[in-house]
Amino acid sequence: MKFAVIVFPGSNCDHDMYHAVKDVLKMEADLVWFEDCHLENYDAILLPGGFSYGDYLRSGAIAAASNCLQQIRTHAAEGKPILGVCNGFQILLEAGLLPGVMLPNQHLAFMCHQEKLSVANHTSMFTNQYEKNEIVQFPIAHGEGNYFCDGVTLNQLKQNNQIAFTYQNNPNGSAADIAGILNKQGNVLGMMPHPERAVEALLGSDDGLKVFQSLIMNGRLSYVANV
Amino acid sequence: MKKVTVHITLKQGVLDPQGKAVQTSLHSLGFDEVSDTRIGKYIEFYTEERADLKERVHKMCDQLLANPVMEDYHFEIEEAVNS
Repeated sequence: MKFAVIVFPGSNCDHDMYHAVKDVLKMEADLVWFEDCHLENYDAILLPGGFSYGDYLRSGAIAAASNCLQQIRTHAAEGKPILGVCNGFQILLEAGLLPGVMLPNQHLAFMCHQEKLSVANHTSMFTNQYEKNEIVQFPIAHGEGNYFCDGVTLNQLKQNNQIAFTYQNNPNGSAADIAGILNKQGNVLGMMPHPERAVEALLGSDDGLKVFQSLIMNGRLSYVANV
Repeated sequence: MKKVTVHITLKQGVLDPQGKAVQTSLHSLGFDEVSDTRIGKYIEFYTEERADLKERVHKMCDQLLANPVMEDYHFEIEEAVNS
């Protein structure tokens, strides 16, 4: 399985993401500069955290308007797995690939610490290696992670089982304690906490491994199905 | 040439931390009469004159400059002076 880690000007978790899939999970992976975006030969697309375009205008807005995101939109429609973490999540929201927006954290401070999460959907291609309602620990690092959407959208997220992760102790004021959501088709996941920074016990937690293992397992199954 | 100025504000009901912080600070300076402080964005640019300019600016706002989920916008188009 081959992963593309998209790099925008201002991405700063790109190497963490690359390290997780390449060195820890021993998968093929490339860092792909957003202007050289050719994604046909990749099996999954990873949008890392950081501050694309310095968070100018709104977090993720300018990256979302790039040609690269136009391509990702096409791949997403075809069912290719897309994972956006932190700024990657913000980009997916701004691109309209996931519903809702990010507001500044409720208590205004930038937050950088470990958070306990609950796996709200343990059946998606990103989470099926977790147990139902499994409690995991991932680091967060964001100033604008307060997920907001209207009531109709929130009901749809709940009804379609699109809420992937929820905070145990909602740190930023997110609606319904949301830490990560899926699109309706289930092949796009956006989340504020960083699974790629929780892949080795040395880092304080290896609970994030299962996000990538779920993806890899899903990739293998679909490969077998296609053969 | 035309000059376009776009004003963007958070929708009513959306938490505006900057506005809130500035209001608290104004109160601490003794300006207790101040309420409902909101901070927004101001974007200006010049553009060629064209028949569908208004429609184009609406599209610019909807697609990039504002996020209609959480922000309202309005804009003015005027004759450019010394652009």
